[in-house]
Amino acid sequence: MTVRRTLFGAAALLALAPMAFAAGERGRDGEVRIIYWQAPSILNPFLSGGTKDVEAASMIIEPLARYDENGNLVPWLVEEIPTVANGGVSADLRQITWKIKPGIVWSDGTPFTSADVKFTWEYCSHPEGGCAQLTKFEGVTSVETPDDLTVIVNFDKPMPNPYGPFVGGESPIIQKAQFENCVGARAPECTDANFAPIGTGPFKVVEFRPNDVIRMVANENYREEGKPAFATVLFKGGGDATAAGRAVMETGEFDYAWNLQLAPDVIAEMEKGGKGKPIAGFGPLVERIMLNNTNPDPSLPPELRSVSIIENYEQKNPHPFLRDPAVYKAMSMAIDRPLLVEIGYGQAGKVTCNWVPAPEIYNSHTFDATCGVQDIAGANKLLDDAGIVDTDGDGIREKNGVPLKILYQTSTNAVRQDFQALIKQWWSEIGIETELRNINASVFFGGDPGSPDTFQKFYADVQMYANTFNGTDPQAYLANGLCDKAPRPETQWQGENISRFCMKEYDELWKKLSETADIEERAAIARQLNDMAVENGMMIPLVHRGRLSAHSNTLGGVKLNVWDSELWNVADWYRIK
Amino acid sequence: MLNYTIRRLILAVPTLLFIALTIFLLLELAPGDPVAHMPLTIPPEVRELMRKALGLGEPVHIRFWKWLVQFFWVEPQVFIDWLTTKSAIAGILPDTQFYVSCAGGDLATCDARILSWQFRSPVMDIVLQRLPQTLWVVGTAYLVAIVIAIPVGVYSAYRQYSWFDNAGTFITMVGFSVPPFFSGVLVIVIFSVQLGWFPSIYDTTHRVTDWDSFVFQLRQMVMPVMVLALQITSQISRFMRASMLDNLNQDYVRTARAKGMTEPTVVLVHVLRNSMIPVVTVIALGIPSIFGGAIITEQVFKVNGIGEMLIKAIEANDIPTVQTLTFIFAVLIVVFNLIADLLYGILDPRIRYD
Amino acid sequence: MTEPAAPSAETLAPELATRPPRSQWRDVWDQFKKHRGALVGAVIFVSIFAAVFVGPLFYPHDAQYVPTGRDFIRLRDMRPVYVLLWDPGAKADWSHPLGTDNIGRDALARMMMGGQVSLTVGLAAMALSLLLGTFIGVLAGYFRRLDGPLMRLTDLFLALPLLPLLLVAVLLFREPLKAAFGVEGGIFVLIVTLVGITSWMQTARIVRGDVLALKEREFVLAARSIGTPSRRIVLRHILPNVLSPIMVSATLGIATAIITESALSFLGFGFPPDFPTWGRLLNDSVDRMTLYPERVLWPGLAISITVLAVNYIGDGLRDALDPRIRGR
Repeated sequence: MTVRRTLFGAAALLALAPMAFAAGERGRDGEVRIIYWQAPSILNPFLSGGTKDVEAASMIIEPLARYDENGNLVPWLVEEIPTVANGGVSADLRQITWKIKPGIVWSDGTPFTSADVKFTWEYCSHPEGGCAQLTKFEGVTSVETPDDLTVIVNFDKPMPNPYGPFVGGESPIIQKAQFENCVGARAPECTDANFAPIGTGPFKVVEFRPNDVIRMVANENYREEGKPAFATVLFKGGGDATAAGRAVMETGEFDYAWNLQLAPDVIAEMEKGGKGKPIAGFGPLVERIMLNNTNPDPSLPPELRSVSIIENYEQKNPHPFLRDPAVYKAMSMAIDRPLLVEIGYGQAGKVTCNWVPAPEIYNSHTFDATCGVQDIAGANKLLDDAGIVDTDGDGIREKNGVPLKILYQTSTNAVRQDFQALIKQWWSEIGIETELRNINASVFFGGDPGSPDTFQKFYADVQMYANTFNGTDPQAYLANGLCDKAPRPETQWQGENISRFCMKEYDELWKKLSETADIEERAAIARQLNDMAVENGMMIPLVHRGRLSAHSNTLGGVKLNVWDSELWNVADWYRIK
Repeated sequence: MLNYTIRRLILAVPTLLFIALTIFLLLELAPGDPVAHMPLTIPPEVRELMRKALGLGEPVHIRFWKWLVQFFWVEPQVFIDWLTTKSAIAGILPDTQFYVSCAGGDLATCDARILSWQFRSPVMDIVLQRLPQTLWVVGTAYLVAIVIAIPVGVYSAYRQYSWFDNAGTFITMVGFSVPPFFSGVLVIVIFSVQLGWFPSIYDTTHRVTDWDSFVFQLRQMVMPVMVLALQITSQISRFMRASMLDNLNQDYVRTARAKGMTEPTVVLVHVLRNSMIPVVTVIALGIPSIFGGAIITEQVFKVNGIGEMLIKAIEANDIPTVQTLTFIFAVLIVVFNLIADLLYGILDPRIRYD
Repeated sequence: MTEPAAPSAETLAPELATRPPRSQWRDVWDQFKKHRGALVGAVIFVSIFAAVFVGPLFYPHDAQYVPTGRDFIRLRDMRPVYVLLWDPGAKADWSHPLGTDNIGRDALARMMMGGQVSLTVGLAAMALSLLLGTFIGVLAGYFRRLDGPLMRLTDLFLALPLLPLLLVAVLLFREPLKAAFGVEGGIFVLIVTLVGITSWMQTARIVRGDVLALKEREFVLAARSIGTPSRRIVLRHILPNVLSPIMVSATLGIATAIITESALSFLGFGFPPDFPTWGRLLNDSVDRMTLYPERVLWPGLAISITVLAVNYIGDGLRDALDPRIRGR
């Protein structure tokens, strides 16, 4: 079986798909049943950025190239990955040329051409379309189609990483003939197209019920002989992660369950059901505590509360004590990260003190020695030495007369609430009092400027959530630490610099990163930026979180991919008999 | 009575408009963002463009007016078209084509339907898609509950403090205090995981065509119906019992018995009829919720009916969907409360409204 | 039909008439005492109250304390002591009679602290919803002119979606209430009010239905014909006769209030996340139901027993207040 699996893997990796590897006829294995506890609501990823929608759609529509389970780019609908070395990327990094594999057809039998690729760009970049994947096309000035199999993308500036457009599950190619009349403001009117896009992928939609179920059948025009092994797909959505895990591992009703965010002991108990097993993969997702660099005092007027006022790279509205390195370093030292991993994530978590823990070349090792060790005594000493001591005998330290009382908020989630309780206890042992608050995720992550409870407004001292980036290049993600990205009332509280971190050196170094092309050099700068942000009180990283999914024991060929859609190689899945 | 009914129906129009406005303003005021559930990797500028594309840039009163037009003018057109071209009675009626689709058409003259912000598809289509499973599961649960609750309530009252009454009290009270998020999972663990009798996940695409598929439908309905019916039975049987107890001691019961009427006649005709007012109220309040679905139970068993649609729409801040569903719900509430009021008059002819 | 709530002992039991007159409430209490179910219910209810409010004073563990360091692994996920009966190897100890949760907090302490919140919220919210429901129901049923507007108001409240309503209420009132009543007091007032004003409609509709029928009965007509003012008719003749559906609403209402509170806290509109309540304890433990059945059993049982006790007290009260039964 392992041999067979390796062969399948090789076939997927090289995308050569010679017939010799195909172990039989297309559709020989009957039905595969997939459950996503967040149900897909639309199959057009350009109209919805939701992961569930992007992944469901990835079984039907495909990009030119995608990332494999190790984060390497692999050609998908093209001959090879264009690079400067093979001449596919111009020397000035402003142009990339893709060569489409000949002979690819859409599931309706018509040929797949460069015109479809160009149309996809036009569709997404239409100003009235509200395309969710607009950032994928950032900097694109034009797309040229010299012939049916060649696509040339031009950028307005040198792109050290030109693999944004048409790469990865978020940027698949849609059929021009189907979507031609659906551009811009008309996009939502094309319900039929949005619910059943015609694609080049291994399956095509038979019935789509939004937020409920998708039925698919094998695409008889799929480019690889003998694939997919399954004739039909039942893609069910809804419920909660527990029920999804149970359906795969305990009752065996389903073959694949996506993203089981459950405590490790719950997963372990389900695994005893013996019908399936969990698999984990690690992307750059980090659960962290963001430190508010501005003053969130409720008595301040709205134009000052948690508002970043920067003059000459200096915060004029600083937090009363969280800017003190002794305070945030002590807070970090008091945390027992291995325990948090054990309680909350098990095999789907790793201890980290980095903002960017993956891909490996970007992972800094500066904090490795102390990260996994809880040091309450050391933290207490650090605070004592800094003169932050308890002056009035209530057990809470004061800095300049301000008691170290912290409001700690996060979204509602069982694991996060356990983390809150644990961390509150640890902080109480270093003389910091914590008030906890949990907020409904749809309010917390919603950007409503009228709500006081959004994570952008940050009306608290610290807050916990997880964040990540798409693909393998962290440049845009590291931009979240730039001074001018802080959410402010003028920007309707929009902005990615949640902790209102601001540092001149950081801004300058990031600029250097954006101008550097060499990968080793880029990695070195990124690691430096990571260290700078953590060292200077932007956040306290807690856990490097993986993606945990489960598949039934009879489902073969699954390779969990965190860099692209989890269902990226569904064409290679088969039934173990 | 007819007079009263007509007056109430006329009054219902401004009431419903007012309810619609209140709901709209409430949703407007509630903090929320339709792009909140999107991954954090989508930057704010793109989110702003997406919001604009949803029509959020327009002022509130314009959006409310648009919704009114869509609900009361465009959607009925779609319905009439469907009635005359695709429904069972299509043959009798001349084909109509009132609704002008915007797909490919001229944006200025076409009719915009109420579009969900999550699905970008007409809300009413999804409502119709969701209705069958909700009616199957919640409707059956209601029927089962009423069929069980009324006899149980009557007998419990008739034999007050008998072992039957005490057992009934115990079961209904425990049944009501155990929330479905627990009882639902409990029956799944017992009947799906341990015994393997019933599927834990409801298949909404299942069609009943023959005996076997009917049996499968029954099997997948058993658990959600059981959990829901327990709650509803508890409630109705308590009110039935209490009301029966009130009436069993009345003078007219003694008179009826003295006249030599048989015990079943006394209890099941005279007392039952006079005890039905609170029960009718509870049932009338419950019937709209059959259409509204049972939010938690639907989620636990993945029935994905209207209740699930509503809660997902609320979580996703999908205002057009929430507004439409709640409004349909409001219409049903108004209608069934009117029916209940009319039934009062039939049950107790002394009640007069004029 | 006689006037029901008046001291009618004379007519029903002539031999009592020779004794010195007794107060009506004395009669009610005597009848209540005779009702065995009600008495047991009352005793249980008082015991639960005492246990959750007095218990923590004598119990050594704090409900919010999380053990740290070495203790953490030793103290987490402990089983209740009775598990030792059939599984001598179980991780259980008398120092934590009901065990601990997955981060080592004592289960019994959490049950008691949770009970304080659940009971007070449940009772207060139930009382508020009952008061509102009865008031609106009686007004609408008795005064024809108020019927239309009040019932349309009821329709409106029935139609309002709960979750957005809560969001708005939290947005508008959380900070002012916090300022007025403190963190926990403010949340308490907010939750009780929210649960109360979103659950009175059924009671109102039921009471109104009964009042519509009652006010056409002979004894009400008689009272009106001798010129009894409306207020008096409502208080003395109508209200006592709609008591039984109100009692049922009360028992069902307390269960609903306890569960709704947990839903609110779970969604983040209620008490802070480390603040246990019965509903939340139940909710948090559902995922580990098979591994640790006690974690769902105890809170579930506590809610059920409370509701049962209230139900029997309600039964007894209704019987005691009904003069037709009281004589027998």
